[in-house]
Amino acid sequence: MNADNPLIKVTNLEKVFGKKGEISTHALDNVSIDINRGDVLVVVGPSGSGKSTFLRCLNLLEVPTGGSVIFEGQDITDPRNNINKLRMKMGMVFQQFNLFPHMTVLKNMTIGPVKLLKKSQQEAEKTAMELLERVGLADRAGSYPNQLSGGQKQRIAIVRALCMNPDVMLFDEPTSALDPEMVGEVLDVMKALAKQKMTMICVTHEMGFAREVASRVVFMENGRIIEDNSPKEFFENPTNPRLKEFLDKVL
Amino acid sequence: MFDVFIQKLYANFIQDDRYMYIVNGFFTTCKIALVAIVIGLLLGFVIAIIRSSYDMNKDHSKNGLGSILLSLANKICNLYLTIIRGTPVVVQLLIIYFVIFSTVNVNKTFAAICAFGFNSAAYVAEIVRGGIMSIDKGQLEAGRSLGFSYPLTMIFIILPQAIKNVLPALGNEFIVLIKETSVAGYIAIEDLTKGGDIIRSRTYSAFIPLITVACIYLIVVLVLSKLLNILERRLRAGER
Ligand SMILES: Nc1ncnc2c1ncn2[C@@H]1O[C@H](COP(=O)(O)OP(=O)(O)OP(=O)(O)O)[C@@H](O)[C@H]1O
Ligand SMILES: [Mg+2]
Repeated sequence: MNADNPLIKVTNLEKVFGKKGEISTHALDNVSIDINRGDVLVVVGPSGSGKSTFLRCLNLLEVPTGGSVIFEGQDITDPRNNINKLRMKMGMVFQQFNLFPHMTVLKNMTIGPVKLLKKSQQEAEKTAMELLERVGLADRAGSYPNQLSGGQKQRIAIVRALCMNPDVMLFDEPTSALDPEMVGEVLDVMKALAKQKMTMICVTHEMGFAREVASRVVFMENGRIIEDNSPKEFFENPTNPRLKEFLDKVL
Repeated sequence: MFDVFIQKLYANFIQDDRYMYIVNGFFTTCKIALVAIVIGLLLGFVIAIIRSSYDMNKDHSKNGLGSILLSLANKICNLYLTIIRGTPVVVQLLIIYFVIFSTVNVNKTFAAICAFGFNSAAYVAEIVRGGIMSIDKGQLEAGRSLGFSYPLTMIFIILPQAIKNVLPALGNEFIVLIKETSVAGYIAIEDLTKGGDIIRSRTYSAFIPLITVACIYLIVVLVLSKLLNILERRLRAGER
């Protein structure tokens, strides 16, 4: 594949919740954006602006009602493309962690590679342990999720996604459910990931993270992307009056 | 006084080998209950999975052949549940034996197994569906986002958690089922209850045979509850 092509090409993406005739919400309204390899895209915006919906449309957890998402040259909404295969290349981290409570940390991390990538248990465990080492949780490999703190859970959720060796990582407010003292440890893992040139799309309210780590920051409102800029320009010279208002409130 | 009791014991159990009514009845009851439980579990899980898959996927409906089939299967399951849960098990037993199997000459025990198995399936289905629906939606999303298909997510992620949660309710359903098989006598099956009743009709003493039968049911139920308790503890081990 041509390396110059965007990793994800989003064109005229639309998502309307609710059936025709009923009260419907236009959660995404004609969103177009190219995401290149190595981009760290941070998405900010007020509550209800469609950030989660945008992220979830990228891996088809939410089915768009219009437009297209081309990931590595394949349209994810085309039923002829195997969505499960495509999702293996897109890691996702949720606000509520969503670890599997009936499995140990190690099992959480190896079940995907073993069952889906057909790796041997040994091989999968080796990769998992290396990743656990990197986030400082190697000693928790045998623990169950409810024996961990929120920050630990989220770090595990991140490395669980990384075990699949994805080409892009999607984060939906990964630190919003955490006690303040645990936010830092999760952001540190994300920063390290960005440093390794992982392509990342992060919905977050952590403006410090956006400023420091993002290669691009996007502002959404009412289902539209109304600003897409480098972090420096985004925070120092916001052009859009709605963005200015938003930044005044959150900074 | 004691002599009279010994005499009664003799008349109820030893004379003419009457204890064999109890023994044979016990095995018949066990056979019906065990096979019915297996049928109930298998059919119940299938129905539960169809119903919850329909519920979980209906806002994602793509109008393909798959979703049309699923919607049809869901309707059939709903009808089945309505009928089974809306009518008494004795009536179902009579209908299966005298109506559905009236032309084919089947074994009575087989008819009873079908009746109790199909009946139990409806209750198992609702228990398991409740268990599936109680699992946080995030679990399904986490499984799917890793690349697991819907069926694989069910198998590896949702069902193991759901089963653990509904084990007490399933155990209760088994206990109810074992006791419910006592109506098998309606189609002249000599199960445990019927066996005790036959002795009563021969000896004209009700107390000993009926209390014996009651005690046997009680022991079976107690043993089963104990086993289920152990299983439950095993499954939960380590998780807290
Ligand atoms: N499953 C759904 N059914 C109906 N409406 C929905 C659904 N999910 C989201 N919406 C609506 O779509 C709009 C966008 O929601 P979304 O969750 O994407 O916002 P968000 O920017 O992530 O907000 P937040 O910062 O609160 O997470 C909202 O108006 C929301 O009410
Ligand atoms: Mg959101």
